[in-house]
Amino acid sequence: MEFKTVLTSCPYCGCGCGLLLEVLDGKLVGTLPSKTSPVNHGKLCVKGWTVHEFVTSPNRLTKPMVRKGDTLQESSWDDALNLAATRLKEIKEKYGSDSIGVLTSAKCTNEENYVLQKFARAAIGTNNIDHCARL
Amino acid sequence: MTNSIEEIEGADCILIIGSNTSIAHPLIATRVSRAKARGAKLIVADPRKIPIILQSDLHLQQNLGTDVALINGLMHIILKKGWQDQVFIDERTENIEALKKVVENYPPEKVSEITGIPVADLEKAAEYYAKAERASILYTMGITQHTTGVDNVKSLANLAMLTGNLGKESTGINPLRGQNNVQGACDMGGLPNVYTGYQAVIDQAVRQKFEEAWGARLPDKIGLTATEMFPAVLDGKMKALIILGENPVVSDADCLHVEKALKAIDFLLVIDIFKTPTSDLAHVVLPGAAFAEKEGTFSNTERRVQLLRKAVEPPGESKPDWQIIQELSSRFGYPMDYASPRAIMEEIAKLTPSYGGITYDRLQGDGLQWPCPNTEHPGTKFLHQGRFTRGKGLFSAIEYKPAAEIADEEYPFQLTTGRVHVHYHTGTMTRNSPSLEREISECFLEMHPEDAVELKVADGDWVVIASRRGAVSSRVKLTDAAGRKTVFMPFHFLESRANILTNPAFDPIAKIPEYKVCAVKIQKMDPSDKSILSSASAH
Ligand code: SF4
Repeated sequence: MEFKTVLTSCPYCGCGCGLLLEVLDGKLVGTLPSKTSPVNHGKLCVKGWTVHEFVTSPNRLTKPMVRKGDTLQESSWDDALNLAATRLKEIKEKYGSDSIGVLTSAKCTNEENYVLQKFARAAIGTNNIDHCARL
Repeated sequence: MTNSIEEIEGADCILIIGSNTSIAHPLIATRVSRAKARGAKLIVADPRKIPIILQSDLHLQQNLGTDVALINGLMHIILKKGWQDQVFIDERTENIEALKKVVENYPPEKVSEITGIPVADLEKAAEYYAKAERASILYTMGITQHTTGVDNVKSLANLAMLTGNLGKESTGINPLRGQNNVQGACDMGGLPNVYTGYQAVIDQAVRQKFEEAWGARLPDKIGLTATEMFPAVLDGKMKALIILGENPVVSDADCLHVEKALKAIDFLLVIDIFKTPTSDLAHVVLPGAAFAEKEGTFSNTERRVQLLRKAVEPPGESKPDWQIIQELSSRFGYPMDYASPRAIMEEIAKLTPSYGGITYDRLQGDGLQWPCPNTEHPGTKFLHQGRFTRGKGLFSAIEYKPAAEIADEEYPFQLTTGRVHVHYHTGTMTRNSPSLEREISECFLEMHPEDAVELKVADGDWVVIASRRGAVSSRVKLTDAAGRKTVFMPFHFLESRANILTNPAFDPIAKIPEYKVCAVKIQKMDPSDKSILSSASAH
């Protein structure tokens, strides 16, 4: 049996509480508050305490999917990524860069936001990039 | 936030306005309690009796959408009594005369009439705030989600500057960010007008710097905001959308309109960790990794950049979003080949003055608060010390404007929306947490008991709530939390999507829709009869 805790940051609200994820044999089994975090000093709210639950939900997406008519069907990464890249290229060529919009995420990391806005601006060639902070 | 979370404890007066702090930001509410225990005065301005009023010295229950009038009224009293900080005003600000001229027209009696707050309470609030040695303002979407959102924020800045409550420990104007990385998404240039660190896309020197670093020609025109993109789809101007980890079909104002746009679009790519009503409409859906399954950083509401560490592997074939995006980019013809999030942060630091000193090695402990311009810099606890970014702080003279949609004969109720303590945003995450879903699994509409008598509905009855945009059904919960004719509904529930009702009219500058006020009518419903609902939402 291998048990460890991993210090990380709560993904819910902007407080950014520090928390410890409890991992047993490679599986997420619980959450504890970080006592040393300058934000939360060993406390969490009910959302923070249960944060491992959504991560381990059986409803998580586990495979790429592409639309076939009215339904989404599982596909390989290669096919899904190629389809997405091809369609975006076609649309850019036909209607111009500004016919594409990108919504980045206040839930994703800084690095992911950075890479996505770089993709929008440098690859697609548009400043049509925003996120739901207004919402 | 101009100041830090821990500084809240040291304030002598805290004004909470438009923030349901104990529900939406529980660990900041803890700091407020500690300040109270030290003897701080707490003023809560909110149209509803939210939990934190139990600790307050004063609850100002303003009518929906009257914040500018309220704040102008407070400043009127402060100036009349001579409680302003004249030294701060003289040394650090400009345009005070214009402000004085406008607030002159907001005497307590008039403000009381607009806001519904008794004159005596306005006077008390002005006194508590202005006479405190250190006063701090906390606000959230209750201030920004209005057609006058920018006016509201500027008014708060006026109030803080008038009393010298900026650029000092335990003061400031402190927006509490709703989502964990809203701050970071903005910092990283997830906005149509700026690159990382708020460097303007229309600034030629900045653009050139990024063109060189990225090896590409970059567009010089400001892009569309999220609220402008969906209408652009319906106009036929926007043909494809990439949506990363967002669920606008539930979260956006007038979301039936968003749904219509996404159904009409040529190509929709969604990257998410769960199936959502938005991903259901996509042409391609790519499975991302959750926070526990990847490395990276988040920037919290006090500008603290903190490390995210990987605890477990992502399920199935899902993978970190940064990897997905770079693979997509490479196939699109713009190769990206970052070895890790650490490598991405190195590039961010190089191109972003305020993140210049941020490295993964330095983030190991408590993280770092930007601005942090170089690797020797310890980070910045509070902003505007000694000087504002633009030099002098500018007072803005702002007149009160009513909400875009106010109750009338046909739609006699005003609806406001918000959160509940166990759920989060569109519920994609919390509603997949069994312990949270068990607490509250169904939407409710809060209604004043006297209104319920008039409508002949009892607690727990089903009603149909309709606005000019659509209709939803929900059970009624009777409470006198808000005044008569004001109803409240959380927006987490797909079954009763509050945002079918909300008004997409937005602030002209910030483009934030008016989630916090719209006019609705309410009708009792027989739960077995769904026909009124579908007919009402058909248009
Ligand atoms: S534990 Fe609660 S208060 Fe702390 S960041 Fe998470 S959601 Fe926010």
